Amino acid sequence: MTATIPSAIGQPLDRVDGPAKVSGSARYSAEIPLPAMAYAYVVGSRIAAGRVTGIDTSAALAEEGVLAVLTQQTLPKIAEQPPLVPSLAGTAAPGQTFFPMQDDTVHYAGQPIALVVADTWERAQYAARLLRVSYAETPPVTTLDQGRDLSYEPERIFGGWIPGRIERGNVEAGLREADVRVEGTYTYAANNHNPIEPSCTTAQWDGDNLLLYDATQGVNATQMTVSRLLGVPMSKIRVIGHYAGGSFGCKAMIHAHPTLAAMAARAVGRPVKLVLTREQMFTSVGHREEQEQHLTLGATRDGRLTAIRHHKLSPTSHFDDWAEPSVGVSSQIYACPHYEGVYRLFRANTMTPTFMRAPGEASGMYALECALDELAHELGIDPIELRLRNHTDVDAMTGLPWSSSGLKECYERGAQRFGWAGRDPRPGSRRDGNWLIGTGMATACYPVAPLANPQRARARLYADGTAVVQAATPDFGTGVATVMTQVAADGLGLSVDRCRFENGDTDLPNIAAAVGSAGAGMISAAVHSAATALRSQLIRSAVGDPGSPLHGADPVDVVVRDGVMTAGTASESYSDLLRRTFQPDVEAAGQWNPPAHDIPYATMTFGAQFAEVAVDAELGLVRVRRMTGAFAPGRVLNPKTARSQLMGGMLWGLGQALLEANHMQPDTGRWVNASLGEYLVPVNADAPDVDVELIEVEDDIVNPLGVKGVGEIGQVGAAAAIANAVHHATGRRVRKLPIMIEDLL
Amino acid sequence: MRPITYLRATDTATAVAAVSTDPTSDFLAGGTTEVDLLRQDVLNPRRLVDINDLPLAGIEGTPEGGLRIGALARMSEVAAAPVVRERFPLIAQALELGASAQLRNMASMGGNLLQRVRCSYFRDAESPCNKRDPGTGCSAIEGFSRGHAVLGTSEHCIATHPSDVAVALVALDARVHTLGPNGERTHAIDDFFLLPGDSPHREHPLEHGELITAIEVPAAPVARHSLYLKVRDRESYEFALVSVAAALSVMDGTIAEVRVALGGVATKPWRARRAEDFLVGATVRRDDFAMAARVELADARPTPMNAFKVELAQRAIIRALDMLSDGTGTGPAPRPGIGSPS
Repeated sequence: MTATIPSAIGQPLDRVDGPAKVSGSARYSAEIPLPAMAYAYVVGSRIAAGRVTGIDTSAALAEEGVLAVLTQQTLPKIAEQPPLVPSLAGTAAPGQTFFPMQDDTVHYAGQPIALVVADTWERAQYAARLLRVSYAETPPVTTLDQGRDLSYEPERIFGGWIPGRIERGNVEAGLREADVRVEGTYTYAANNHNPIEPSCTTAQWDGDNLLLYDATQGVNATQMTVSRLLGVPMSKIRVIGHYAGGSFGCKAMIHAHPTLAAMAARAVGRPVKLVLTREQMFTSVGHREEQEQHLTLGATRDGRLTAIRHHKLSPTSHFDDWAEPSVGVSSQIYACPHYEGVYRLFRANTMTPTFMRAPGEASGMYALECALDELAHELGIDPIELRLRNHTDVDAMTGLPWSSSGLKECYERGAQRFGWAGRDPRPGSRRDGNWLIGTGMATACYPVAPLANPQRARARLYADGTAVVQAATPDFGTGVATVMTQVAADGLGLSVDRCRFENGDTDLPNIAAAVGSAGAGMISAAVHSAATALRSQLIRSAVGDPGSPLHGADPVDVVVRDGVMTAGTASESYSDLLRRTFQPDVEAAGQWNPPAHDIPYATMTFGAQFAEVAVDAELGLVRVRRMTGAFAPGRVLNPKTARSQLMGGMLWGLGQALLEANHMQPDTGRWVNASLGEYLVPVNADAPDVDVELIEVEDDIVNPLGVKGVGEIGQVGAAAAIANAVHHATGRRVRKLPIMIEDLL
Repeated sequence: MRPITYLRATDTATAVAAVSTDPTSDFLAGGTTEVDLLRQDVLNPRRLVDINDLPLAGIEGTPEGGLRIGALARMSEVAAAPVVRERFPLIAQALELGASAQLRNMASMGGNLLQRVRCSYFRDAESPCNKRDPGTGCSAIEGFSRGHAVLGTSEHCIATHPSDVAVALVALDARVHTLGPNGERTHAIDDFFLLPGDSPHREHPLEHGELITAIEVPAAPVARHSLYLKVRDRESYEFALVSVAAALSVMDGTIAEVRVALGGVATKPWRARRAEDFLVGATVRRDDFAMAARVELADARPTPMNAFKVELAQRAIIRALDMLSDGTGTGPAPRPGIGSPS
């Protein structure tokens, strides 16, 4: 392979799809105009547990424009239920192993019990109100307090990917050896993703062929899942999803609605658009589960950890053992001889929880990093110094060296930019009018996700010297189309304005769902492979062609810049070569085979978070004044999009720390604040100055360009830094998120 | 939502006649709350009578030093009007701390007074709710009641009145002018908001089809030194957990005149008369502010989930009076450029 000369990679290129998005010409999956479109409205169960004993559809069916009402009686049975496997695996990926309307059981409030299809959205929604549903209700179990005594230890969690218990050494012995112990229970409210675009699918049948427009993190995942559920061959299903208006994990698994849309379209013989309402987004696409983590740290007087015990209790659904892996990273990132991590679950009347940005790391590192802050306070050691004393250059669980780290630089540069040095550690030591000022920090880490299968792309150069590079992946707001244009340009030796990245279509080469911050790494690897393969092919044609000025040159001596191949003084442009040889275009396929799972390295992305808060102790108000995050995400393909991702993650961490909470009504099993008015996320006025520092580290293990991803790391540790700052400001240790006014009065 | 028909009224008398003669018609002004509730099947009119073309939009200072605000004046217009900012800073502040810029550009002042509660059980169209569906019971009393009222509640309803500006208007003894099927009426604002009692579905003493035409604020020199303090979880776009509209005038170290009203804690915009009575003639001292606040909240009836509001409301009253008496206005911003304490 010939080396690329990076000129586009690393540049802060503006989003290539920016103009289309701000002008409204970008078509999202609910904006596809199709003739004779019908609209499906999902009717969710009012009760959280029991049975549907009857649905009288007569009034709804009598309404003008109503085309069909599908219920358990009339909806087709699914062909088979695929298992629950994270979509990154590149297989069918249903969000849960339960498909609605197959029988009369109700497992959770909002579970689809009927589908009303009409010629307008308003008519479908109105007719849905006219259904007379009768239920046999049983008392639901939904909250930690209700489920605590029903809990069990699962063998595996997270779609079978993660063991339910992780141990090394003897944690009891480690705690006995300790000079000091800190112990605490940290609770974390249930969260919902709430991207601005709700999940939506437009389905159209043409004979036996199904075309779906789906808001998804992986069009192939939609294709595979719907294929298995409907029993329709993959070859007859095409899924298009150019854009999604945010996802954060709620579009990472393929929930029921794309399949329901396809079933509805088949039932009425018209294309069907199905858009979930905001309220339905709280009960249809998974959530981050409410959880309670119990952390015990043992340490020597000089701050060396002797034991970490990390237990988690959380509700899962009636059909799957799901917990986000909050206990994972606490076993890995600090040197500590004795460790015990245990998940406990209980069956609850909710749907199966799902990925939500930094699934497990955000919650687990919140608890661990707050516990470390408590330990630092207890020992009188600076929080950064405490972390440095427990720093490890190897994965503490496997003993394998990190493929790259950069964590110490993150502490150092982050502390420098934030102005950490000279901090008075005494709580309540700074005041500004009515406001108590505090600062806090935390480590951030996020695994570089292991991939299961090859990732593919295709590159095509036209005779005019412009290129199209293709891969199936959608762009759900991350900027992937922009950075892949840069990767393609460098791989081909073209300027970015001559390259176009085409994506979001299962007719294009397969890419796994871009989850687990893996998108930039895996897609850039495939695109790089295709682009450099095409370049090598073009160079080989030139040097082997007696008509080319480059004839006879050694291919390794040929460099390509702006579409011109040069060796010494001889040169020929791509376009001259193709025109001279009567080739309208040339194509090459690229494939990247991810590293084997048994490579002798551990892979992790690191960072350090810092926050300054102001607390009005009389009124219980916390306002974040500034945040600094230093991150080492391998190579940065585009500092502008990377910074945006990291900044968004940090602000999300602010939301988790202070605002986000989905409240469950225990007796009804229903979320009580299922709207953007009542489920609080930060608004612009809450957003402080956010300073993002990028520390590039070389990593030739993870993928060809050494990209470790920025999608989630920005969020990890942010809530802990804020909670620690609240303690520093007030002396109060609030071991729950979000920290609310009443917690500080 | 149920299919509806729509009529755009061009004169006030026709609008009033159209709605008052048809129990299934409702007025439509800015629509910022009403359209949500229509979509959620909480409100089910058959027809909407759009009043946006009616000549009810002016904002005028009266020669006596008061204010007359047309019912269709938009929140943002009122907040920006120099006469409002000068004579009644608490009104401008209450408006600007409410809703979002987009909503304030659309929402009318009359509609603001008539906005429905944010109680999630009222709004979900599914749960029992005496306000939405009389006689079905109150889900909030045993439910998620963090945002609910601690004052003016009944065993039938504990929903908090959501308006910010109504709190300021209650502090100022505003009057609400209406035109109904039986002609013009004027309501003292404190009487305009009804306590839930045993009929929480009845929120105002209005007949069906009676239309707010204007809000009148009498002259109140004390209001030139006033503020609206709003305490909430996030910095913007959230209803108050506790808010205080206050005005204070001090002569020779004693309180000559004071106005205090509370939002976020009561089933109606809550005039804190007990606190005011305690404060008039008192010295400007934190202890007296605290005592006044305690007196006002003495009858609070919280749920376990909103018990913190009783304490928070008292602290907010003290803070508001502190700010007015030490001249810090809206208080030091936690960050340059952004944010008052609320």
